[in-house]
Amino acid sequence: MPDFSRIWDVLVIGGGNAALCAAVTARQAGCSVLLIEHAPKPMRGGNSRHTRNMRTMHPEPTKVLTESYLEDEYWDDLLRVTGGQTDENLARMTIRLTHDALPFMEACGVRFQPSLSGTLSLSRTNLFFLGGGKALVNAYFATAERLGIDILYDTEAVDLKMDDGFVREVVIDHRGFPETVRAKVVIASSGGFQANLEWLKDGWGEAAQNFLVRGTPYAQGKVLRNLLDQGIASVGDPSQCHAVAIDGRAPKYDGGIVTRLDCVPFSVVVNKHGQRFYDEGEDVWPKRYAIWGRLVAQQPDQVAYSIIDSKAERLFMPSVFPAIKADTVGELAVKLGLDPAAVEKTVAQFNAACVPGEFNGTRLDGCRTEGLDPPKTHWARPITDPPFIGYPLRPGITFTYLGVKVDETARVRMDDGRPCANLFASGEIMAGSILGKGYLAGFGMAIGTVFGRIAGREAAKNARN
Amino acid sequence: MRETEATTEARRAMEVCNACRYCEGFCAVFPAMTMRREFSTGDLSYIANLCHNCKGCYYACQYAPPHPFNINVPQVLAQVRADTYEEYAWPGPLAGLFKRNGTVVSLVAAAGIALVLLLTMALVDHRVLYQPQVGPGAFYRVIPWWLMTTLAGGTFLFSILALVMGFRNFWRDTGGRADELTRGRPLMVALHDILTLKNLGGGGGGCNDRDEAFSQSRRRFHHAMFYGFLLCFASTSTATVYDHFLGLEAPYAFFSLPVQLGFWGGIGMVVGTAGLIWAKIVSDPAPAARNLLGADYALLVLLLLTASTGLLLLALRETGAMGVLLAVHLGIILALFLVIPYSKMVHGVYRSAALLRHALERHPTPPPPGTAPSDRALGSAA
Repeated sequence: MPDFSRIWDVLVIGGGNAALCAAVTARQAGCSVLLIEHAPKPMRGGNSRHTRNMRTMHPEPTKVLTESYLEDEYWDDLLRVTGGQTDENLARMTIRLTHDALPFMEACGVRFQPSLSGTLSLSRTNLFFLGGGKALVNAYFATAERLGIDILYDTEAVDLKMDDGFVREVVIDHRGFPETVRAKVVIASSGGFQANLEWLKDGWGEAAQNFLVRGTPYAQGKVLRNLLDQGIASVGDPSQCHAVAIDGRAPKYDGGIVTRLDCVPFSVVVNKHGQRFYDEGEDVWPKRYAIWGRLVAQQPDQVAYSIIDSKAERLFMPSVFPAIKADTVGELAVKLGLDPAAVEKTVAQFNAACVPGEFNGTRLDGCRTEGLDPPKTHWARPITDPPFIGYPLRPGITFTYLGVKVDETARVRMDDGRPCANLFASGEIMAGSILGKGYLAGFGMAIGTVFGRIAGREAAKNARN
Repeated sequence: MRETEATTEARRAMEVCNACRYCEGFCAVFPAMTMRREFSTGDLSYIANLCHNCKGCYYACQYAPPHPFNINVPQVLAQVRADTYEEYAWPGPLAGLFKRNGTVVSLVAAAGIALVLLLTMALVDHRVLYQPQVGPGAFYRVIPWWLMTTLAGGTFLFSILALVMGFRNFWRDTGGRADELTRGRPLMVALHDILTLKNLGGGGGGCNDRDEAFSQSRRRFHHAMFYGFLLCFASTSTATVYDHFLGLEAPYAFFSLPVQLGFWGGIGMVVGTAGLIWAKIVSDPAPAARNLLGADYALLVLLLLTASTGLLLLALRETGAMGVLLAVHLGIILALFLVIPYSKMVHGVYRSAALLRHALERHPTPPPPGTAPSDRALGSAA
């Protein structure tokens, strides 16, 4: 049991990548640091435990990154996915600082691996953590312990007592007991609210009840709500979230990477009434998977079914759940709990509308339908060869966009534009400042690492004054 | 390979891992896994024996307990390995010795010591056991040469035969063919992986020997033990040459080749086995297979006793303690030779075979001659 009567220089709220980078940086600058993590130790690390890589600017090849990836290209990629909903100044600064983060990460024991076989090819742009995000989180926690940072698990920040932009103290729940922590500076790195289905209902209505949360159940957004209720400036669309279509059999929380399903482009996707609702072959999957969460969320009961035949069986990474197979389309529909007549009709119409062409699963092949609404514009092949295979789809929410507004020193701003005296933020809780829409693989870890380090450094300066 | 509780659970784990693949930079297990979509028991046997139990994947796993998926790859692969030791044991009826293997190895060790002591008492004048014996042939005055060579040679040769048959069973069961065994390049790759314990490197920075921190200690201790063992073996071999071909009878001088090899080998084995026992005691129990620890400890202790009694014998060989020590030392060696094919020792055979299988998978046979350099050419290039 720590001595809660003392005053720490810095209190870091959260236990993911952004929190750890902030805590380690502040400690290295000579501050006493307390880090509080809502999760128990085995589940620590927020959503970082489900990550795998960090998008990293680099002017020349490194041990594990190929070729080069420069600021302007990185910025263009970000601009494209956000459709301009970003802050160029903060974004470019983040991009540049990803390059500087490498020595810090290595010194903290984070290890990297060469580019991979199999999955989405990101070997030029993204730095892969050996063993994934949990291994990275383990390395940072080990460093934090070695440096003498005080760490409390099972400890949630409940209320930041603020006076005109100054955090006086923070009420916490420490293993079920209320305590008060006093610190000269507070860094909020406690993530978004993607695991808080009640809050998500504000934007999505009752449909949110059927969302699956891909990551940690501890991202309840309690600190974010607490700050926004106390006059802290917000950024990002409060109703929006990043959601992808995942295997509908995934657990409610923490299903992570293994629940993803890449079969949509090679399939027809029907809703619970057996009707198609969107062009499954609009573009290559890495460019389209992010819209399918929303598409499925808009269907009745927030569920859909992807149906392929044996020709497509080996074209994609399957999810961890077994394929549902049957010898006829009708039989498959029954197994999926759908009306066989409706599904048979949809598949028959689709098959009849397929235009002959040269199928190629690895590029836009132009194999399309004619006279079908909605059309399928690529990879359209009649679904004829048994066994027929189906997967249920549900929206899997990854993160939310709403956050607190920060400046380039990670200092949190108030509604009236004034800076907070002793409050900084890093990670998902402020990422909406830079990533207002869409997603760029490995950019969440980039923001967390860069702003974590900035927040730690600035907090240390602040604590010394 | 039969289906067991462990193979069923290992298959479930591999299916989760194969949909994740975050660990593919760690060791050979994961690249081997990604080459498959379905896992037969033979595949699982191969993968389980590839695993060096470095535990890196357990600490990196987002699905490790308390996650509901409850993935514990090092633990379940250790359990599958234990099942494979039984499965491939030769002759088949002795497979049962792998059940409660710690007890079996301990009992054999005790019996070995007792047997040699009793035989010595029965065959030579028991006063020899307590009186200092020096000069050429001193050891044989305690234990006759014919007894020593018959017991040691007989059990050792039988053990080698049993290991070879076990290898053959493993190789067939995991889909291997006899003609693959002569491909040069994969053999060299596998030999490199075996001798360096590359897969205990955790992808470069070490393994999780104790907890989530990385270290190279288990790898180093294993090297000390393994190379120490080889040195001891070399010592015995040179001594045999000295005796049979050069007509020089043991004991040899401290700075002679056989004694130097045995001395440094013994030191290596003592350091290595003691270190590995220590590593097991202090390591996090979560990723370990508790029911197999007995077998691990029993073999490590037996090896430690082999080396330490050997060193003690060297230190006291000119005193009256030599006789009893020699009998005890040889009793332990007899036990070691006896249990080689029915103890944790077999992991060396199956792991080496799995590494060779992996090397073969990574360097598949090129197309027939005319379209590419022949297999033989590739082999000689390596």
